[in-house]
Amino acid sequence: MTAAGSYFKIGPARLFVHAAVLLIVIIWLIPTLGIFVSALRDKDQIVVSGWWTAFVGSTQTVAVRLGTPDQQQQEGAAYVISGNVLEGQTGRSVKAFGNRVQQPAAYKAGETADLGDGETLQINSDGSYRYMKNAAFSPDQRPRRIYASVSAPPEFTMQNYNTVLTGEGIGQSFINSLTVTIPATIIPILIAAFAAYALSWMEFPGRGLLIALVVGLIVVPLQMSLIPLLRLYNEIGGMLGQPSKTYPGIWLAHTAFGMPLAIYLLRAYIAGLPKEIIESARVDGASDFEIFVRIVLPLSFPALASFAIFQFLWVWNDLLVAMVFLGTDKDHLVLTGSLNALLGSRGGNWEILTASAFVTIIVPLLVFFGLQRYLVRGLLAGSVKGG
Amino acid sequence: MLSQIVSALGVVVVAVFACSAYFYFSNKILDLALPVKDGDIRAASRNLNRRALIRPWLFIGPALFLLIVYLVYPVVATFILSFYDRAGLQFVGLANYKWAIGDREFRQSIFNNILWLAVVPAACTFFGLVIAVMTDRIWWGNIAKSIVFMPMAISFVGASVIWKFIYEYRGGNDVQIGLLNAIVQTFGGTPEVWISIPFWNNFFLMVILIWIQTGFAMVILSAALRGIPEETIEAAVIDGANGWQIFWRIMVPQVWGSIAVVWTTITILVLKVFDIVLTMTNGQWQTMVLANLMFDWMFRGGGDSGRSAVIAIIIMLAVTPIMVWNVRRANRELKGH
Repeated sequence: MTAAGSYFKIGPARLFVHAAVLLIVIIWLIPTLGIFVSALRDKDQIVVSGWWTAFVGSTQTVAVRLGTPDQQQQEGAAYVISGNVLEGQTGRSVKAFGNRVQQPAAYKAGETADLGDGETLQINSDGSYRYMKNAAFSPDQRPRRIYASVSAPPEFTMQNYNTVLTGEGIGQSFINSLTVTIPATIIPILIAAFAAYALSWMEFPGRGLLIALVVGLIVVPLQMSLIPLLRLYNEIGGMLGQPSKTYPGIWLAHTAFGMPLAIYLLRAYIAGLPKEIIESARVDGASDFEIFVRIVLPLSFPALASFAIFQFLWVWNDLLVAMVFLGTDKDHLVLTGSLNALLGSRGGNWEILTASAFVTIIVPLLVFFGLQRYLVRGLLAGSVKGG
Repeated sequence: MLSQIVSALGVVVVAVFACSAYFYFSNKILDLALPVKDGDIRAASRNLNRRALIRPWLFIGPALFLLIVYLVYPVVATFILSFYDRAGLQFVGLANYKWAIGDREFRQSIFNNILWLAVVPAACTFFGLVIAVMTDRIWWGNIAKSIVFMPMAISFVGASVIWKFIYEYRGGNDVQIGLLNAIVQTFGGTPEVWISIPFWNNFFLMVILIWIQTGFAMVILSAALRGIPEETIEAAVIDGANGWQIFWRIMVPQVWGSIAVVWTTITILVLKVFDIVLTMTNGQWQTMVLANLMFDWMFRGGGDSGRSAVIAIIIMLAVTPIMVWNVRRANRELKGH
């Protein structure tokens, strides 16, 4: 709470702020919540009711066949077929029933329905029924079809995750994504840190120009690089007799594309380290290599962490670079590519899409919530300077 | 499957080791090649100077190599390719540019991109600023900020799935399982296939990017707001300014620089927007944007590098003013140090 807040001390205005922020938080949270909840729902329930009803259970209309005439028993003058329409299902209950598809809920549970021809039917909410006739049921009569509106309790299942991880190739894609991301996050850090040190603490002609180049390259759109690099990769691949789309290829590409921001962020931090420490180390006869490894690298840990998180999120979430440089076969398809393919092939299967989306976003979300502090620090260092 | 991860980790170890070895040995070799002996003072000082001249380039070398191969060279090459035919072999002059001007899809993309540029940066900055101001004065503000910031971690593809589920339309008498259509129905409206309504569908796609990027604007602006000296605001309060006046007359002008940074950063992001359009509509129903058209032409009918390059150049041109501004700002800062 800053003093800036003091002019809002009055009641109603303050209440308004709480309400407005609460509304914003809800709006921001709901889309993701929809995916999380749906991924855990039964795939048949997803299509018959909105995910927001998942916690109150759902009502669905089911068609059931009553027992066959050979189950009939005589009770006085009447013949009765009895049984349970919810046979083998626990937790469910019948709300209403009917004998025509147009009116599947014509009678409430527990009521006795007159079906004509001297037939009556009573279905209780626990599913048990008595189907009665004032004469014997003809042995040729087909089992009667009735409709019941059944309320099911909220049901959650891990089945969708099982399906996508094994059946839809998301498991393999997860591995592929990790394979791309781990090296592509760590390799650039070291290369950029050395460059950043030179640009901060070593005097040489062209330094200012190089810094300007790095700043300029931060915003160069990826689209500018795609065509020449794709040609270059194809040529080199052809020369070596190798496929052009390989993991080393994409590691290098991500390393290079992350380089401008990496150098910029790390330089801003490393240049801000206290001059005295580095000068006194120089006086003591330490070489630049020693100063970098023994002093600068350990002191720059927060900046390194910030950049690592950026790079991790960017590489993990990237679709374009992976599509162009890694291709889309099974052993190379990353999670974002997989998800994109599923949107085409499984457009209406929300149980598959939501579960796949969850698998795709859970890792970056964990990183985000675990290391948010470093992410914020990096963002501020990267853009607020000179503001 | 697991072996793939192990080999990736192996690559990390090897790469880190190779990098360290490069830096270590290149420095060692430099020291050996230009020895500094106690005897000959003139030779020693000459060698020291030479070392100081060469060593920075050893440090920068690998990074510079990557920057040149992956960014500088391609910019030049793309520019040149834009004057060549589809296979990049025959010089065709301005033919690709002429094609672009006449192409309906290209003009549609330009129009849509301008629409995105007009809406998304403004909306993100505005919401970001308002949320930053409001969350700074409630006790659970940090939790609220975390939640608004969270979509930053979600991929554009993931976000597209999330929002496609919200826009989901079910035909006939099926229950609407998309949140938007369910809400519309509750208020008596007719459910629609939102992402296929030309023109307006652009806005439904923009919502996704706004949802993702508002958190970024909020974080930057929140930090800038905290930097406003308390006395300034206290003085305004004493002078009888109300909340509205304080916001517009004191806070906004004070964070103007940060607003510019946020605005330009999101502008660049918008120019490159690709994943959202690809996954939501793939450019159908008149939602095509430049980045997607460029990607399309890279592979359409075997690929047309000339046309694709022209579209990339247009994106680059749009980014250039911001690039120049950034470089000048950085230079100013450098001289200030």
